[in-house]
Amino acid sequence: MIAAIALAIGVVLGVILHPTVPVGLQPYLPIAVVAALDAVFGAIRAILDGIFDDKVFVVSFIANVLVAALIVFLGDQLGVGSQLSTAVVVVLGIRIFSNAAAIRRHLFRA
Amino acid sequence: MTDEQQPRTSGLRLLLDAGRPRATRAQVIGGILCGLLGFALVTQVHSATGLGFTTARQSDLVDILDSLSARSDQLRAQIAAEQASLAKLTGGTNQTEAALQEAQQRAATLQILAGTAAATGPGIDLQITDPKHQVAADDLLEALEELRDAGAEAIQITGAAANTTGATTGAAAPTSPGPAGVGATPTAVPGASGHVVRLVANSYFVDAPDRSGVVVDGVSLAPPYDIVAIGDPHTMSTAMGIPGGVLDTLTGKGAHGTVITHDAVQVTALHQVAAPQYARPAPAASSAG
Repeated sequence: MIAAIALAIGVVLGVILHPTVPVGLQPYLPIAVVAALDAVFGAIRAILDGIFDDKVFVVSFIANVLVAALIVFLGDQLGVGSQLSTAVVVVLGIRIFSNAAAIRRHLFRA
Repeated sequence: MTDEQQPRTSGLRLLLDAGRPRATRAQVIGGILCGLLGFALVTQVHSATGLGFTTARQSDLVDILDSLSARSDQLRAQIAAEQASLAKLTGGTNQTEAALQEAQQRAATLQILAGTAAATGPGIDLQITDPKHQVAADDLLEALEELRDAGAEAIQITGAAANTTGATTGAAAPTSPGPAGVGATPTAVPGASGHVVRLVANSYFVDAPDRSGVVVDGVSLAPPYDIVAIGDPHTMSTAMGIPGGVLDTLTGKGAHGTVITHDAVQVTALHQVAAPQYARPAPAASSAG
């Protein structure tokens, strides 16, 4: 509940403050957001599976974001930044989909 | 955590139970992370829907720039090629016009040289009276060559009709003698003063068989002769009058020559040229490649 409320607060803050993304962060923010979404969906699935652990969630969230950003950074250094970020988005998207499917099965038994 | 011991409770229930506020540190941190996620999400959505190029990475921008400059190079090259072909086409018509004009000019020049066109210009009028019929073909040929040396460009000779003046014979004169040129059909212009013949490169003089006059290009002429030449009048009259020259020779033969210079004389007699039967124009060396 706290998480949902905090999410809403974050969205409202973002809309109100309307911040501009720093140039250095621009390539990483979209990947980081997708990675964080993956972590959140994984956490919801874990809750429904009954194996949720706060610490695991926090660590996986931060680790996901950092690893995604690191991969993109590495890709930029290697000159394949755009391709690698596409790959990261694809992998994370697949994971989000499978997590969402598991959640759906738990919630709707279908 | 106690709820999780009950197996197979409804998923929604599980979710709500998990979300029940508990002030544990992990819950707070998770909340902060979720807040951050929402904030970042909105920020990213904002920036992604904003200006297209501000969010593009540097390499993408370089790629876009490269493709744009390549495209612009391509278009520039295309423009250059089109302009070149346009210039070629417009230049081509101009060239054609110029070539046509030049060809017409050359044709006019050649017509005068070949004697197929009438000509006018400054020149002289050489009148030869020959009461004793002593002027032979040689003398007229000498006069012609002297005129040519002096730069005459168009020459015609007029003589009295042989069969009217030459009372001796009437039958021999009008018939063309054997050596008449293959391609040259002699033209006689019967006028009040007699026959007129244009003198061209292949003109010839033959003494008339009865010594009554000369045959020029197959036309019998009888004295008096009248040679009209277009050219520099001064040069030609001087050439006629040199000691031992044409006029002296004529005088020595009992004939008399008079040179009259004119600012404008007319050479109206025409020379008929038949198309060559065997010779064909050879391609010019420059255009033969």
